[in-house]
Amino acid sequence: MRILLVDDEEEFVATLAERLSLRDIEADWVTSAREAEKIADTRHYDLVVLDVKMPHMGGRQLKQLLEKKMPGIKTIYLTGHGSEEDYKAGSAEAEYYLMKPININDLIDKINDALAT
Amino acid sequence: MPLSLKLFKPDFLWGRKTSDGPLLRHMVNYGRLWRSAVMLTALSAILPLLAITWIDYNVSRKAVESETMERTSRTVSNTRRTIAGFLTERKSALDFIVHDNAMKDLLDLPRLAVILDNLQKSFGGVTDIGVIDASGRQVAYIGPYSLEGKDYSDQKWFRKVIEKGIFVSDVFLGLRNEPHLVIAIKYDLPDGSFYILRTSIDTDRLNDLLINLELSPHGNAFIINDQGILQTTAANREKLFEKIPIPVPPVSSKTEVFQYTVPGKETLIVGYAYIQDTPFILMIAKNKNELMKTWHKTRLQIFLFLGGGIIIVLGGVIGFATYFVNNIYLADQRRVKTLHQVEYSNKLASIGRLAAGVAHEINNPLAIINEKSGLIKDIFLLKQQYAQDTKLISLVDSIHDSVARCGAITKQLLSFARHMDSSFQPVELEKVIQGVISFLGKEAEYRNIEINVQVSPDIPQFESDRGKLQQILLNLINNSFAALTEGGHLDISAEKLNDERIRITVADTGCGIPAKAIKHIFEPFFSTKVNVGGTGLGLSITYSLIQELGGTIDVTSEVGIGTTFTIILPLNAQQHKKEGE
Repeated sequence: MRILLVDDEEEFVATLAERLSLRDIEADWVTSAREAEKIADTRHYDLVVLDVKMPHMGGRQLKQLLEKKMPGIKTIYLTGHGSEEDYKAGSAEAEYYLMKPININDLIDKINDALAT
Repeated sequence: MPLSLKLFKPDFLWGRKTSDGPLLRHMVNYGRLWRSAVMLTALSAILPLLAITWIDYNVSRKAVESETMERTSRTVSNTRRTIAGFLTERKSALDFIVHDNAMKDLLDLPRLAVILDNLQKSFGGVTDIGVIDASGRQVAYIGPYSLEGKDYSDQKWFRKVIEKGIFVSDVFLGLRNEPHLVIAIKYDLPDGSFYILRTSIDTDRLNDLLINLELSPHGNAFIINDQGILQTTAANREKLFEKIPIPVPPVSSKTEVFQYTVPGKETLIVGYAYIQDTPFILMIAKNKNELMKTWHKTRLQIFLFLGGGIIIVLGGVIGFATYFVNNIYLADQRRVKTLHQVEYSNKLASIGRLAAGVAHEINNPLAIINEKSGLIKDIFLLKQQYAQDTKLISLVDSIHDSVARCGAITKQLLSFARHMDSSFQPVELEKVIQGVISFLGKEAEYRNIEINVQVSPDIPQFESDRGKLQQILLNLINNSFAALTEGGHLDISAEKLNDERIRITVADTGCGIPAKAIKHIFEPFFSTKVNVGGTGLGLSITYSLIQELGGTIDVTSEVGIGTTFTIILPLNAQQHKKEGE
C-alpha cells in the first residue's frame, strides 16, 4: 500500500506523511500538481489524498490526470473550503471528502475503507 | 372588505399604521397624494359645470324677466290706446257739436237738452252739458244742478282751456259726490270772441274698462294723475283719490316699463304710459315674484341638476382617486417588502461569504496545528522515551482538543454558508435543530438557559431547504434568547401531524409579547427593540421563509409567562411551492 499526499501547505502535508508513516502507512508527499505528475511517472500509488484547492492546478483536475496514468487509483479529497459545488462534485467523484482539520484516525479509516473496496 | 367599501375606506388612510413603517411614510404622503388627486380632478370637472350652470341661470333669468317686461309693455300699450280712444271719442263728439251747431242753437236750452240726450244715448255716462262765454260765465246749462250763471273765470281749468283749446280735468267728486271728469272745448267765433262747451262724464266706464282687463291675478291696472293720485279704483287695492306708493314716473311719449321695490314690501314690475292731452297716466303694476314663479321652478331645477351633478362627480372622483392611490400604496408596500427581503438575503449572503472565507483561511493553519500536535502526541505514544511524561501528553491533548473545537466551528460556518443558496434536499430535522443550537449553545451556557430538544422519532427525512430551515430556527431561537432571562427554559419540539405535515414548536419562558403588539410582529419594521438595535425584520423574514417552504407560523404569548411559536411545515416543500406558483 503506497499513498501519495498532495497539498500546497508543506508543513501540513509533511507532518501528515510523517504521522502516517509512524502508523506503518507508506506515504509520499508533494506540494503541487506538477510535482505529483512527475512522481506519478516514477512510482505507482494505490491511493491519492488531494487538496481540492491548490495554486495552478486543483485537486479535481489533478485526479483526472492521475487516473489516466494509474487507472483504478482511489482518491480522497481534503479541503479547507466548503463551496456547494466542490462538496457535490467531491463527494460524487472521490471515495471520500474530508474537511480540514482532519482527525488522523478518521483519515486512516477512510483509507482502509477505500482500499478495501 | 368589499371593493365598494374599500373605495371609501382605503388601507392607506385607515389601514394598519404600523406596517407603514418609517421608511414608507417618508417615501410618499398618500393622504396628500389622494387629496391633490381629488382636488385637481374635482376642480377640473366641477368648474365647467359651475360655469355652465351660472351662464344658464343668468340667460334663463334674463329671458324670463324680459319676457315679463315685454308682456307688461304690450298690455300697457294696448290699454293706453283703449283709454285714449275713449277720451278722444268724447272730445271728438264735443268738437262735432260746436262745429255742427251755431252758438245761438246751443244757447237754446231745449236744443241743448236734445244734444245732451243724444250724447247720453251715443256714449252714455254724460251727465250734464253747459256753454260758457268768454267772460267765464255759464250762459246755458242742462243737467241735474242749476248751474246756469255760474262764473268760472277765476278757475284754473278755464284758463287752461283758453290757452290750449281743449281741456280734460282730473277725476273729482263734485257736487253729485260721484267720480267724474270734465271735458271742455273752446270754439273761436269769427269776431275773435269764443265760447266753451263743457260736459261732465262719469268715470264708471273707465273703471269698467280697466277692471275688465285680463291681467294675471296679482296684476293691477289703474290711472293716476300727474300728482300720483288715483283716478280710478285700482282693483282690491288703494281707493280712489289715494296717493299710490309708486313715485310718478318721468314724462315719456312711449310705453315704459320699470321695476320698483315698495319700501318694506314686494318688488313690482310697473308699466306706464302718458295719455296725450290729458293729465292721466295709465299704470299697470304686477307683483314680480308672482310673475317669476315659473322662473323659480326652473331655478330649482337648475340647482337640483347642479347639486346632483356635483355629487356624482365628487363620488366618481373620490372613488377613482382612492382606488388608484390605494393601488399605488399597495404596490409600494409590496415593493418595500421585497426590497427588504432582497436586502436581508443579500446581507445574509455576504455574511455567508465572509464566514466561508474566514473559515477557509483559518482551516489551513488549523490543519497544520492539528497535524503538528498530532505528531507530537504520536511521538509521545510511540516512542518509549517520552511515554512516561503524562504532563506533556495532557498539554498536547488540550491543544488537540482546542483545534478540534476550532475545526468544529469552522465546519459549521462553512456548512451555514453552503446552504445559503436555495435548494431542496433531504433534511433531517433533528440535525438541523442541533446544528442551529450548536451556534447558540455557548450563549445559552453563559446565561444559564436550559434548552430541551424533543424530536419525535417518527419524523422521516424530508425534502426541504436546509438553509431556510436553519434561518427560520435561528431567528426564532434568537428571539427567544432575547426574551429569556437567566435561568429560563427553551423547549423545541417537533412531531408528525399526518402523512403530509409536521409541527415544530419553539416555546420559551421569557417576557412574552403584549396583546397589542402580537398582531403586528410578523410585519416588517415592527420591533419592540427599537432602541436596542432591532431591525424589526427578523420575524417578517421568518414569516416569508416559512411561506416559501409552504408552511404557516402562528404565535401565542402571555406577558410574563412566555411565548410559543408554532410552525407547520409540509413534508414535501418543493411540491407545495410548485402548487403555490
